[in-house]
Amino acid sequence: MPTSTPVRTLRRRAPGLLLIAAASLYSIVPLLSMMSAALAPQGSFPSGLSWPSDPHWHNFIDAWNVANITTLLQSSTMIVLGVVPIAVLISTMAAYAIAILAIPLGRIFYTVLVLTLTLPYEIVIVPLYEQNKDMGLLGSQWALILPLIGLNMPFAVFWMRAHFVNVPRELSEAAGLDGAGPWQALRHIHLPLARPAIASLTLLMFLSTWNQFLLALVLIDDPTKRTMAGALQAFTTKYSTDQVLLNAGALLIMAPTIIVFLFLQRHFVKALLQGAVKG
Amino acid sequence: MHLINPTRSRPGDHTAASRSRRTLRARRWAGWLFALPALAFYAVFNFRPILLSIQYSFYDWDGIGASTWAGLENYRAVFTDPEQLSSLLHAFYLILFFTVLPVTLALISASVMRQIQGKFTGTLARTMLFLPQIIPGAAAGVAWTWMYSDNGVVNQLLRAVGLESAARPWLGDFTWALTAVGFIGTWLSTGLCTMLLLAGIGKIDGSLYEAARIDGAGAIRQFRSVTLPGLRNEIGVCVTITVIAALASFDVVYLATQGGPGTQTMVPGVMVYNLAFNESRLGAASALAVVLALIVIAVIVPLQRLFRER
Repeated sequence: MPTSTPVRTLRRRAPGLLLIAAASLYSIVPLLSMMSAALAPQGSFPSGLSWPSDPHWHNFIDAWNVANITTLLQSSTMIVLGVVPIAVLISTMAAYAIAILAIPLGRIFYTVLVLTLTLPYEIVIVPLYEQNKDMGLLGSQWALILPLIGLNMPFAVFWMRAHFVNVPRELSEAAGLDGAGPWQALRHIHLPLARPAIASLTLLMFLSTWNQFLLALVLIDDPTKRTMAGALQAFTTKYSTDQVLLNAGALLIMAPTIIVFLFLQRHFVKALLQGAVKG
Repeated sequence: MHLINPTRSRPGDHTAASRSRRTLRARRWAGWLFALPALAFYAVFNFRPILLSIQYSFYDWDGIGASTWAGLENYRAVFTDPEQLSSLLHAFYLILFFTVLPVTLALISASVMRQIQGKFTGTLARTMLFLPQIIPGAAAGVAWTWMYSDNGVVNQLLRAVGLESAARPWLGDFTWALTAVGFIGTWLSTGLCTMLLLAGIGKIDGSLYEAARIDGAGAIRQFRSVTLPGLRNEIGVCVTITVIAALASFDVVYLATQGGPGTQTMVPGVMVYNLAFNESRLGAASALAVVLALIVIAVIVPLQRLFRER
């Protein structure tokens, strides 16, 4: 191999660089286009992608108010806080019981969970709606929180079990010899080790809960009590003719996940790649 | 099997041994206390609804009045009602755009980008490539409704290159709407697949390429004999995720077209929703949902086999 000069390196790298630039651009063009429309004067008919000479940043404040963003943020936060901690906790405990404690019939439970892992939500929406009606949950956030905990179990248990089966056997045996019960062993030995797996699971679950659309649409009648994504539909029907407000509102609705993503970018990428491979 | 087992019994001491075996078994059952909350949530909010869907699918029911036994009538309708049948066909057509195109594009990008591993797949590019995965699918629907609109970016580009006559409101066009929806799916999955394959290609032993080159293999031979087999697992992952997304799509389609114009972009997800919550035909909706779930399984299981075997 000849030593590569900078020019040669550049030439070798150019196709890759161009490609990655093109791919990145392709990923953000729709968002840039929304941004350019959102900044046009209200009531005008903006066109695809053109930076307005006089950006109307105030549109975002108007959209914030008409789209009820404050209420939606509260509602989404409440739903995420209702789902994620409980789902992470009970799925970790269940995976621990299956993988480490080797509970009787645990394999069967696990197999059933995995079998239903790939089933689309379409197959549960109708009965869930009826069930919520019978339980008197319709109209409150619980109508979404409780089902989402249950629906997250297959993936969450699958994920945490994949972690626990890789924990060296000696560790749990050592804990047993020290006279630690299963609770102490979980708390003092296994939970600290599981922290990275739990962190990734938490991120993935935050994302899927926050972005949940179909279930929010079906299970909560009142758009202001849905997730932000679920409320998009009500907002778009109301403002379908006002491109400016519509795009400003939709951007605001996307903003929270994007902001969280930018801050935790590295963790998200890791979690998404792992999540994909494990799923 | 490894258990937390502090009981140690002396050999020959029968009563102690059987007692410890009994406490051991009791202890293993006690482990269910850890699994019980998950089991309860799963049973009530996941497993039971699946069984109920299957049950509903054999009845005619509007959700309010009494239900009447319908036998296999709802299933017959899935395959004879043109609207339902075409929604299933549309779902398969979408696989082209949600799966085949992104995986192909990702394979090309990943093999070209292999040269610049690590340096330029850095923060900025990675962030941008992942954005479509981060935003809610519903929001992607809104974004692309705008992209495809009469004076949106797509038409703007066409006009810029002199293809004035090709410009049209894409999502309202009877011929092109479904394809336009498909390209939204391409946008959603290409970034994730590229990142996945790029991560996979980094794990391929560089000496394999070296050896192939010494054997006189050109870029295409290298791709076929080194890259492709080395990425088998990652390709399998991309295909699985995106095929499920295509077959069970809802968010994007619901916001972009609601199945229209006419029923040109009707997909099973939106159809189930309409049947259940607009037409109050819960039995018919359930039958379509069950068929959809069976299709997903029927497609995914062989795919898993195909990509897992070594």
